[in-house]
Amino acid sequence: MFQVRIHGRGGQGVVTAAELLSVAAFFDGRWSQAFPSFGSERTGAPVVGFCRISDGEIRTREPVSAPDALIIQDATLLHQVDLFSGLRDEGFVLLNTSRPVEELGLGALTGPRRDGPGVRVLTLPATELAIAHTGRPTPNAVLLGGFAAAGGVVSLDAVAGAIEQRFAGPVARANIAAATEAFRSVSARCKECDHAPTD
Amino acid sequence: MLRQIEGSRAVAETVALCRPEVVCAYPISPQTHIIEAVGVLVRTGALAPCEFINVESEFAAMSVSIGASAAGARAYTATASQGLLFMIEAVYNAAGLGLPVVMTLANRAVGAPINIWNDHSDAMAVRDSGWIQLFAETNQEAADLHIQAFRLAESLSLPVMVAMDGFILTHAIERVDLATQEQVDRFLPPYEPRQVLDPADPVSIGAMVGPEAFEEVRYLAHLRQIEALTAIPAIASEFAAHFGRESGGLLRPYRCDGANTVVVALGSVLGTIKDTVDAMWDDGLAVGVVGITSFRPFPAAAVREALATARRVVVVEKAFSIGFGGVLSTDVAMALTGSGTPVTTVVAGLGGRPITGASLRECFEAAAADRAEPLVFLDLNRALIDHDLARSAARRRSGPTAENVLRDLGTVASGPT
Amino acid sequence: MPGFATGGGPTAAEGSESPGSVEPPGSGRTGAAVRSEDLPGSGDTAGPESLPTGQPVKFYQVGSFAVGNRLLDPSQRTVQSDALRTNALDSGHRACQGCGEALGARYALDAAMRATGGSMVAVNATGCLEVFSTPYPESSWQIPWLHSLFGNTPAVATGVAAALRVKGRPEVRVVGQAGDGGTVDIGFGCLSGMFERNDDVLFICYDNEAYMNTGVQRSAATPPAARTATTEAVGDEPGNPFGQGKNLPVLAMAHDIPYVATATVADLHDLEQKVERAMAIRGARYLHLFVPCPLGWGAAPHDTIRLARLAKETGLFPVFEAEHGVVTAVSQIRHQVPVEEYLRPQGRYRHLFDPADPDGPPARPETIRRIQEIADRNIARYGLVGPGAPGRPAGPAGPAEPAGPGAVGPSDRSHGAGEAR
Repeated sequence: MFQVRIHGRGGQGVVTAAELLSVAAFFDGRWSQAFPSFGSERTGAPVVGFCRISDGEIRTREPVSAPDALIIQDATLLHQVDLFSGLRDEGFVLLNTSRPVEELGLGALTGPRRDGPGVRVLTLPATELAIAHTGRPTPNAVLLGGFAAAGGVVSLDAVAGAIEQRFAGPVARANIAAATEAFRSVSARCKECDHAPTD
Repeated sequence: MLRQIEGSRAVAETVALCRPEVVCAYPISPQTHIIEAVGVLVRTGALAPCEFINVESEFAAMSVSIGASAAGARAYTATASQGLLFMIEAVYNAAGLGLPVVMTLANRAVGAPINIWNDHSDAMAVRDSGWIQLFAETNQEAADLHIQAFRLAESLSLPVMVAMDGFILTHAIERVDLATQEQVDRFLPPYEPRQVLDPADPVSIGAMVGPEAFEEVRYLAHLRQIEALTAIPAIASEFAAHFGRESGGLLRPYRCDGANTVVVALGSVLGTIKDTVDAMWDDGLAVGVVGITSFRPFPAAAVREALATARRVVVVEKAFSIGFGGVLSTDVAMALTGSGTPVTTVVAGLGGRPITGASLRECFEAAAADRAEPLVFLDLNRALIDHDLARSAARRRSGPTAENVLRDLGTVASGPT
Repeated sequence: MPGFATGGGPTAAEGSESPGSVEPPGSGRTGAAVRSEDLPGSGDTAGPESLPTGQPVKFYQVGSFAVGNRLLDPSQRTVQSDALRTNALDSGHRACQGCGEALGARYALDAAMRATGGSMVAVNATGCLEVFSTPYPESSWQIPWLHSLFGNTPAVATGVAAALRVKGRPEVRVVGQAGDGGTVDIGFGCLSGMFERNDDVLFICYDNEAYMNTGVQRSAATPPAARTATTEAVGDEPGNPFGQGKNLPVLAMAHDIPYVATATVADLHDLEQKVERAMAIRGARYLHLFVPCPLGWGAAPHDTIRLARLAKETGLFPVFEAEHGVVTAVSQIRHQVPVEEYLRPQGRYRHLFDPADPDGPPARPETIRRIQEIADRNIARYGLVGPGAPGRPAGPAGPAEPAGPGAVGPSDRSHGAGEAR
């Protein structure tokens, strides 16, 4: 089972991101489960979404405490919320930011793991990409395109299918285009950096 | 047809396939998505003929359902928590009148303190009302139980509520195999009332009954609930034949063979429990599970049989009787009368607190080793408790409990400590 | 001999039309001037042929209070006078002697049955009517009837109407009925919801001004100074306090529903016509029916109809109709009666009078004066007294305004006994 935790702020489409991810997995023929953290959500407040993907029925309902991957939609959360709690050793983080990884001060947070390759952190300027393609600063669909490349857990086609099912024509197309660009960007860099540690 | 869909949506679309004729509801979290979706289906004509009525309170919602059902229409509504309590007079009224209303109960905690998250205290508040109460373990079962509910309600002339965990199921997106209209139509015939308001054949419904007959009228309702103990498995069986999957029934045992310790629970927590139990089996610990679907009527004989080989029983429940103990566990203990099997009550998940596999495992291991207390509150924060007890002891005017505890937790940052 | 035998009814005295009433000076009210050609044949009394030509003839009984008035054209006779009336609320129920609600319900429902061709369903709130009509295992109802709870009757009626609609039976009509408690207090939320949605229900409130079935406790409809079990006639201000009141007909009008009317059991023709009018309309309709309760009011059982008439004639209970929030017709007071005359026969107002001299000067004239103020205010608001200029729209908004084009004046549609039709 692959578990993802998505962090963001209310209004950024975190819940939708989890839903789209689960639908993408479904289109890939897998079982999946998505749900939000059910907080009293207001625009701007930290929000968490969860998604589990598996080849068999998913029965557990507890929140994801040991994610295999994190998607962080808002970098301002980095030093405010314990985003990395429980993240598995070979896990990866897909972070929405246009700043380079080195500038984010993540070392203390992700830590070099003693007996593993360490946590991969991949950055993606998802908000900028979203604005460029859709005119709106909602990064969720874009990040899923990047996620498809980073994790190999869902296919880009499936992500595109999920976006198309959820949104109306032009909006869907724009988001798919943005997600595709994100996919390519992350794909290219993953070939280069392939599990390099963060520091 | 397989869909990756929100639980609420799955229920809404399935209810629509059951051809309800009068739908009404008053919005309350976490039921809103269900009613909104049904409303759209009525507006687009996908569900027709159907009258969708926006009412001014939950009390009105159940009342409109009563009037509609008495006039021969298939009636449906949905609510949760505070809304259920607001309509409670009408809930008892519907059952007492023998009207086959179907209602979704999106389980949510009852305040005060106000809390919008899941637990079973709302369902427990009406367990003696005469309604049939079916608890869904998954969104698939939640959808399927509604189809069975209409069939069950109309055949017995009793109202049925389908309980599904608020947020945990209603707002979770997962795979559901949705029925087709043809499938539902073959399974669920049009509503044929036992009693109906018809100028051609007038009857008076809702007479006052005094001491000379009240007990008999109540006993007849009791007999119908007992009849449900047979009807529920029969309908579940027929459902399996029509739809090709198991759903509903009285209860479902899981890996009870050879298990000395058996865990009993209602609703979605069964998924987490099963995962936990599987891991324990892998580690050589034999723990079984009994998931109860029909809470009312309580399948005492079936429970007793399912627990016959257990040496100890752990009941995990999302409600409790304040000052006393468990609710479900009291019913289970009653079913086990004379067997000598000890029952541990684990109260968990109150007000939506997540129930983790890790905490459950700890509980089950303690029970298996006969180390468990009879009444356990899972993941209780003793420090918060002790701090509040000390505060109340120190000063008479210690302030509202809820706010004080939240302040201690750091959720609220104001006022004196 | 001119005129007709009056029997026990109104006297034939010129200008006086009800026993014991005093004609206010200059009221100028005249009875119906009925032309001789309009009279049905009446062989055993002196016919109009014997009267000098041109002299107007006053026939007091033509539009009289008598329910079974056979002097009327058959088409104008009451439902109650028809041997084939449906008896929707049949005899054998357990109401008290002189119960105004039993009377009102019978009148209203038989009229509704005629108006709907016998095609209707009644939804009833908990209360006297429900209790005395359905003592298990018996029922007095000859129509389909549903009792659910105390506070939900409007919502249940909405549900019944919705079911009939969805079943393709729009010809079956729905009447919801409750006492003042079930309408004005506990049922108000549901009633307002029903009005707001314009659900196709006629809601009838039988107003006896207190929770009678449970032992005469006050409701929001209890008038000031009235004694009830929860507003006892003790202390500095005995009886119900002078509060704001809750004027349900006006509240109903505030929802702009298609039809609102008030009526009393003293005028059967008026009541039946209003029910018939209501049944000709689709949507939310409200009828507020004044029904004295001998037991609760401490009045003699034979005074029920008289008290209802006095309530109207004092101005304490305005009788009117309204459509979409505007008053369209007012039933005028023929001879205004001082409130004291209405209050005296009722035990619930006993404390306003001198126990040693019950017929003498009141013990609490100030309270009676305040009650008179209420009556006078109603009279002014609705234009209950006075010739009623044609086209003058009266209403609770204040003094009458000049008629707008097409405004319906009270004189066009007033239904007081003896008035022009």
